Formats: sequence, C-alpha cells, structure tokens
Amino acid sequence: MTVHADAGRRRIEELLRDHEERILKRWLESASGGPADRSDLAGRLRDVYHALRDSLESGDTSDLRGLLADLSRSRAREGHSPTATAVAVFGVKEAVYEIVEADGGAEALRGFIWFTKIVDDLGLFTFETYAAAREKIIIDQAEQLLELSTPVVKLWEGIVAVPLVGTLDSARTQVVMEKLLQTLVDTGSEHAVIDITGVPAVDTQVAQHLLKTVVAARLMGAECVISGIRPQIAHTIVTLGIEFGDIVTKASLADALAHALRRSGVEIDSGRRTRIAVRAEEV
Amino acid sequence: MTSPAELPITGNGDVVLVRQQVRATAVEVGLSLVDQTKVVTAASELARNALVYAGGGRARIEIVHNGARSGLRLTFSDDGPGIPDIEQALTDGWTTGGGLGLGLSGSRRLVDEFDLRSAPGEGTLVTVTKWAR
Repeated sequence: MTVHADAGRRRIEELLRDHEERILKRWLESASGGPADRSDLAGRLRDVYHALRDSLESGDTSDLRGLLADLSRSRAREGHSPTATAVAVFGVKEAVYEIVEADGGAEALRGFIWFTKIVDDLGLFTFETYAAAREKIIIDQAEQLLELSTPVVKLWEGIVAVPLVGTLDSARTQVVMEKLLQTLVDTGSEHAVIDITGVPAVDTQVAQHLLKTVVAARLMGAECVISGIRPQIAHTIVTLGIEFGDIVTKASLADALAHALRRSGVEIDSGRRTRIAVRAEEV
Repeated sequence: MTSPAELPITGNGDVVLVRQQVRATAVEVGLSLVDQTKVVTAASELARNALVYAGGGRARIEIVHNGARSGLRLTFSDDGPGIPDIEQALTDGWTTGGGLGLGLSGSRRLVDEFDLRSAPGEGTLVTVTKWAR
C-alpha cells in the first residue's frame, strides 16, 4: 500500500515538474476573474506552484502557507469573495487532473487522490486566512470610526456647539470634553451647546459624562446648554431618575442657540425681513 | 417567534451590540418608541453592570407571549462576586463603582417586570420583561 502510495506520489511530482507550463496556464484560466486580474495573478500562482512543488518534495509547507496567506489577504483587500479565493486554489486540481488523465496510469491516478487531499487542506487554509484578513479590516474600520473626532463648531461669536453622534463611551467623552474646553479657551466663548440629537440612548453613564462636561465648562466660566432631548429620551431620563439640576436643556439645537443668543444679549427680530440687532450690554 | 439570542458581554463594544440587538427585537415585538428607548436603556445599564462589576457576562434576548400580549424578556447573567445586600443595591444613589447609582434602581423603573437573584460568590442573574401595550 505504502509502496503504491509512494509510487503515485513520485509520479505526481514528476508530472508537476514536466508539465509546469501547461498546468500553470490552465490554472490561471480557471482562477482569474478577468484579463485585468490575470497578469498579477500569473506571477503569484507561479510562486505558489513552485512552493507547492518544493513542499511536496521536502514536506515543509511553511513557505507555501506564507505565500497562500499573502495571496488570500490581498484577494480579501481587493474585494474578491472567499469562495473565489478558495476556488482559485482548488483550480490547480482541475489543471493537474487534465495531465493525469492524459497520462492515464494507475500510479498517477492514485497519486492524484493524495494530491487533491493536500490541495483541499491548502484551500481551507486560504479560507481561514481570508476570514482572518476580513476580520482585521473590520477591526481597523471600527477603530477609525472611534477615532472620528467630534467637531466643535462655532455658531456665533461667543457660542460654540458640539454635535454628539453615536455611542458615548468614556474614551470618546474624554476627547469631546477636552476639545470643548480647549475651544472655549481659544475662542473666548461663554456659551456652549452640547447637542445629543445623534445619541441613540442616554443611560446613566452617558448622563454622568454629560454632567461632568457641563461642570468642567462651568468651572471655566462658560454656560452649557444640552439640546436635542427627544421625547423618548426625556421619558427615559425621568424614569431612570437622573437629575440634570439647574442645567439648561432644550428640545432642539435651534432653541438652544436662541437661548444662548438671548443670554449673550443678541436680539433676534423675526419680522418680514430678518434683522439681527446686537445690543451692547451695559457694564 | 424567533429563537432567543445569546450574546456575550466581554467589552464595551459588546454593550453596544446588546443595545442594538435589543432595539431590533423591541421593534419586532412592536414596542412604542418610548418603550423601545426605555428597554434599550435598561439593557445598556444591566449589560454595563455585568461588565463593570463582574468583568463580563451573558445577555439573553427573547420574545415572550402572555395571552395576546407580546413582550421582550432580557436575561443578564454573570459569574461575578455577586451582590451582598440586594436592597441596598436597589437604592437610588447607591454605587460602589463611581457611577450615579441609578443603573439598577433606574432599570427596575424602566421595565414592567424585574427580577434580581444574587448571592455573594454566586454571580448575579437579572431578568427583566417589557410588555408591548
């Protein structure tokens, strides 16, 4: 049995050596998605093919696996499906089978069974690498999303606003708070509006972060207004038992801006022609 | 009825996932927008409790029926240190973790049914239900 198996193995190795160009050509045809894909893939498949032959002879698959991992990672980045990537590897079986069929010998056929097992393993390996590569891409994107800084925008002379969107965790609140406090100093603003329209749920942690931010801004002499409190959020905050104390809250950013403008002495006259009169505060 | 979903809670990202899954299920059950927000907030509190006080746990989200009424049942379990004094833990403003002390007591008010089982060294099991009106 082992004698037969060894003979089959040797025969396949011979065939792989003798018909390299033919197998590679056929493999490339079945593996490539289109002509544009072909030139890049041709070089890669040739490398993989040589590594495959080396590994069959030496039994050491580390080089081969390294190449295959590179291949599936780059296919994942280019947006090929995992099936396409695995099929690209399985394609070599088809190419080799043509040679085996032409050979017609029992040894070659026996060897081919052994060969397909190895290729199946390699195909599954690329599948795993592909999944790992995709996961890495997703993790990177999640980190990029977290890093998306929250802008502090100037609404009016002396009034800045922070539109908060998404989940507020400790790390993000820290960034928001630092930015807001720095902007208050840089612009000399006395009013800040924190808009939470884009925050899907206000739980005790989010509320605590908001309260701390407001208190910190107050310590610097700025007044904070929290805006964007939708009915369901108001309901939830009341039921939870969170108290915002004397912090001014408004339903919309527009209300908050109007409030801040009033507080800083700006009068808005909404006549037919909108006029904005700035009144100097008496000192 | 969909089969109950089991989600692990091992990090802040999982709390967000639990929240999203609870919201999706709440919509499926037909909870009003206010009730959706309430149950999502309660889920957020309880999931974070499991994370902060027990280092992680599990969340189970299922749809339950009582006659013609449908509801959303959430079960949070952990193998943490447990709660020695449950009554105290359910008091407004009581916290051992530096929070507002409203998470547990507030969650109880946010849902229709609230069941807390815990003993020192035996972990904590919180089951809450919100019925559609």
